[in-house]
Amino acid sequence: MNWIRKKLDEVKAPFQPGEKYEKYAPAVNALDTFLFVPNHTTKKGAHVRDAVDLKRTMITVVLALIPALIFGMWNTGYQHFTQLGESPSFIDAFIHGAWKIVPMIIVSYGVGLALEFAFAIMRGHEVNEGYLVTGLLIPMIMPVDIPLWMVALSVIFAVLIGKEAFGGTGMNILNPALTARAFAFFAYPTYMSGNKVWVSEASTMDGITGETILGTLAANKDVAYQTADMFTGVIPGSISETSTLCILAGALLLILTKVGSWRIILSGFIGAAVMGLIFNTLGNSVFTGNGLMNFPWYNHLVVGGLAFGIVFMATDPVSAAQTMRGKIIYGFLIGLFGIMIRVFNPAYPEGIMLAILLMNVFAPTIDYYVVQANVNKRKKRLKPQTVKTA
Amino acid sequence: MSKNVKVKRGLKLSFKGEAEKILEEAPVSKNYAIKPPNFYSIVPKTTVKEGAKVLAGDELFYSKYSDQTRFVSPVSGIVKEIVRGAKRKILEIRIEADQEISYKDFGSLDPLSASEKEVKSKVFSSGLGVFLKQRPYDILANAEDSPKAIYVSAFNTAPIVGDLEFILKDKQAHFQTGINVLTRLTEGKVYLGVEANSNSYLKKLENAEIINISGPHPAGNVGTLIHETEPINQGERVWTVGAEDVAIIGELFSTGKYNAERTVAVTGESAKNRKYYKTLIGAEIQSFVGEVEENSRFISGDVLTGEKVEPDNFINFYDNELSIIPEGDNYRMFGWLPFKDNHVHSMSKTSLSWLFPNKKYSVNTNLNGEERALVVTGEMEEVMPLDIYPMELLKACMIGDIEKMENLGIYEVIPEDFALVDYVNTSKIEAQEIIRNGLDLMITEVG
Repeated sequence: MNWIRKKLDEVKAPFQPGEKYEKYAPAVNALDTFLFVPNHTTKKGAHVRDAVDLKRTMITVVLALIPALIFGMWNTGYQHFTQLGESPSFIDAFIHGAWKIVPMIIVSYGVGLALEFAFAIMRGHEVNEGYLVTGLLIPMIMPVDIPLWMVALSVIFAVLIGKEAFGGTGMNILNPALTARAFAFFAYPTYMSGNKVWVSEASTMDGITGETILGTLAANKDVAYQTADMFTGVIPGSISETSTLCILAGALLLILTKVGSWRIILSGFIGAAVMGLIFNTLGNSVFTGNGLMNFPWYNHLVVGGLAFGIVFMATDPVSAAQTMRGKIIYGFLIGLFGIMIRVFNPAYPEGIMLAILLMNVFAPTIDYYVVQANVNKRKKRLKPQTVKTA
Repeated sequence: MSKNVKVKRGLKLSFKGEAEKILEEAPVSKNYAIKPPNFYSIVPKTTVKEGAKVLAGDELFYSKYSDQTRFVSPVSGIVKEIVRGAKRKILEIRIEADQEISYKDFGSLDPLSASEKEVKSKVFSSGLGVFLKQRPYDILANAEDSPKAIYVSAFNTAPIVGDLEFILKDKQAHFQTGINVLTRLTEGKVYLGVEANSNSYLKKLENAEIINISGPHPAGNVGTLIHETEPINQGERVWTVGAEDVAIIGELFSTGKYNAERTVAVTGESAKNRKYYKTLIGAEIQSFVGEVEENSRFISGDVLTGEKVEPDNFINFYDNELSIIPEGDNYRMFGWLPFKDNHVHSMSKTSLSWLFPNKKYSVNTNLNGEERALVVTGEMEEVMPLDIYPMELLKACMIGDIEKMENLGIYEVIPEDFALVDYVNTSKIEAQEIIRNGLDLMITEVG
């Protein structure tokens, strides 16, 4: 360990303040602090500090994503082979999926981190760890056959327009990963929707029909899957969104470590359930809709990107509501709108992406009213006093 | 009269290095210093020259903009040196003490029978005014104000600090007189915060509204007490007084002597003789500190709000403890991984330290990370017992939006109320500094 430390200090020497490559210090610092918690001591304020930092927080989210990612890799291969009538071993299915997905992750991290480093150097601040999560989320919510250059372009759009244009980490209004998906969705709709993109190689092989459950329902066809399949996730869909089980495992870690807000997750599911129930009870007597209207509310909770969106995207603390009460309202509305868009708009059977982006925009407004209640309380306290002195 | 205050939101920090409950007479310090920077925002004008002879209680300097508040010498002796910094700013006035301290006689006065005006003028003319601090803004009290209430907290909930009840145990008579003095300085009440389970005399004092405090830090902070009793509104003034300072005030009214007795708890893992030492305000640290491990940080005050001092310097004016902890200038390989390095305390559940709520942690000055953008939400609220939105207030201070700061409760807070926010926040932002800058802006813009 001492040896590595010494070597690192040697490497870092030309990047110290006043030296030749001072400007590029954030880049080497990012690598250094990845190995070591730095020796920085407190200079002002409290002399002692908590062990937590942003790296630890972000890595916890990455850990929470691992079950869904591994399942996604396996399911990609499994869907591909079973639709061809084969029954693959776990390893075969996993390798098929990994072969497709790992390059996407490499592209996402490569392009995104290069941009992050460039902006850190340009703006003279340290590299923020937020992209560790964003960079993994982006491939996980894409259809498996999307070309790598589209992944790269989506990443560039998300980082530049979604994040850096607003001032970088902590300032963005929209969730960067969803911004990337929304970009790809609207820019390349043929690769992002329809019934030929959700199973690996469905567009090139005739034997595979890769329709998602939501797509099937929107087209008023019958669904061939049971609720249990939908819950475990052995269904077609974006790479890691399918397994509600694995997503809940991640959610458990997020909630236990308090990295993800339980308020948002719980109220999100409740909102979705409420909307589903409303459609189930009113059904076609009030609305003229499609098969999604009568789709049982509990099934709504386990198909599509709802669970993934609520657990991993809605809880992004920067773009979510920031007050405790605000989080409950924010989560609830995401669930509510997610199902509403899903049911009413067959062109976008996956409403959760749009619902979260919409609520990202409204989160500051929710917070404003929550905080305003506190302000009003304070002003009210002032009132009797002015009366007394008057 | 008494009132119970039970604080829920906060954080109990238990660190290694508490002082043993042994009170020792500190060896007499040769030199003493009064440091004008200890009194926030004053502009000192000296009234003595180097080489002058002073008695304990003789004026050393006054503040340019409020000349009623006098700053007096804690000992008798010779003014040895006036230490100046950049732009000739006065940093310290050092006094070489006599072997036997002789006191200036201010004459005794019964605070309950004298007129309010007499009491007040005695307090401010004898140098006791500096013990009164004003909220909002955390500055010295202005002699012309009449505060809404006066608060004293005799229960310090911060980690590894001096136990105020232990410090006050032999000072009942003076403390009661001091409380009596305070009641004459305000139209409102004098509140005294006491630990709920305590059975000391503090609970039986007269003329004070007793607040029984329970809960984690910052339950004992005066800011919390004020918030739970009479929160400060725009335009109001509240004064606060340190617990031991009340006894100094009382003693001067009873005996006429300015006896600046200060009990200092030496705490922290790096200090080897962790005890309570009876000395005087402004004493030389070396006179009582004893053996200390190398590469340590000396903090006058507690580890959350104190100020770093050099080992050859003097204890700060208001502080009841000298915390000495190891410097954390070392690297920890992969220390940022979740659930690793659980020996470093964390409020976050990404460390397993929450499984051992009764464990005492070693603590050093490592920042445990680097400053980042504000990302995580909700953690500041967990340690903030006041009914304010800490992150929103901090952001308002950062952008200097005065109306927003007022609306969000800037008048109710001083930096120490944000000490735990400093400690817990993931992004390692300096909350206390941001609040201080916000208050400074309020002073210049609103006054």
